[in-house]
Amino acid sequence: MSQKKNFTKGFLKENPVFVLLLGLCPALGVTTSAFNGLGMGLATTFVLVMSNIVVSLVKSSIPDKVRIPSFIVIIASFVTIVELTMQGYLPDLYEQLGLFIPLIVVNCLVLGRAEAFASKNTLKSSVIDGLGMGLGFAMALTILGGVRELLGNGAIFGWKFIEGDGILVFILSPGAFIVFGYLVALLNKINKTT
Amino acid sequence: MDYIIIFIGAIFVSNIVLAQFLGICPFLGVSGKVSTSLGMGGAVLFVMTLATMVTWIIQKYVLDPFDIGFLQTISFILVIAALVQMVEIILKKVSPPLYQALGIFLPLITTNCAVLGVAILTIQKEHILMEAVVFAIANAIGFTLALVIFAGIREHLDLMNVPKGMRGVPIALISAGILALAFMGFANLV
Repeated sequence: MSQKKNFTKGFLKENPVFVLLLGLCPALGVTTSAFNGLGMGLATTFVLVMSNIVVSLVKSSIPDKVRIPSFIVIIASFVTIVELTMQGYLPDLYEQLGLFIPLIVVNCLVLGRAEAFASKNTLKSSVIDGLGMGLGFAMALTILGGVRELLGNGAIFGWKFIEGDGILVFILSPGAFIVFGYLVALLNKINKTT
Repeated sequence: MDYIIIFIGAIFVSNIVLAQFLGICPFLGVSGKVSTSLGMGGAVLFVMTLATMVTWIIQKYVLDPFDIGFLQTISFILVIAALVQMVEIILKKVSPPLYQALGIFLPLITTNCAVLGVAILTIQKEHILMEAVVFAIANAIGFTLALVIFAGIREHLDLMNVPKGMRGVPIALISAGILALAFMGFANLV
């Protein structure tokens, strides 16, 4: 697989959220607005790229039997870094995302890429894979957040252009499932026609 | 009385799957059949209760006294990973059919955010140990309840004539949305 393909697969063909259905908890939990979705997506991208780098570097020195716990410790370290940095510099976003920041550690996407890709491939491809998958994840969360914010609040990225209250249910939990269901159907359609 | 409020609150009012979005992967993954969902629910009940107990003790007697709270995420996830491994070994010996049925999802309890989520939530809510245990049990029951109801719905969905583009995951997600809407009816219960 060429590096370009390796990078772009995360956006449509193998989009982690809409196609692979990985990392759904944050995808549904934090996407009450486009900004929250983007913040969560970028935080996850950072963890994904960094853990892919480290896993790819140490893969030959980790015994096969303890590889999953080792990967989890590596991921957890980077999650802690993100958590403390965000708490210090972006306290508002940190409040909004809340519990889902430490939960990046159990995001199946991050462990999945470490196990399925970084532990078998070179450093360079692992970085590109992490970046592509992470940005695909961020894109999915931003779209999901954007649609929910638009329907529920008449705004995108906090910029309000439809007067009135909007349909509150799309900000609440049922709206997350429903919007996500339609977006999965839409992406299936797009992937089938291209 | 407090325990009853915690119990009802965790199962119905802020259901861990439908209101808090924790444990969505197994919710969509193993909810094809009612019997598998019950097995998964049992495994989660066991791991969640044990994990919450152990992590609570670690938080109060190790992390807090030494002021190393920043290690919370790392230490909690390690404890959970070890516990899951243990449950896996026990199940393999005691009940091979159940072990077969749960298959790939048993190791995935490690990355079931519901388990780590409940462990962290109960620390944030400053529960005492007994409350933490009740909270964990209630959340596991809430998880199982959502899973079993959803499995029942999906068994019926298989027989329905769903429009082609919506078959499979999309229609399942929209049904989950309607189920979440139904659970919002409990909102002012406690």
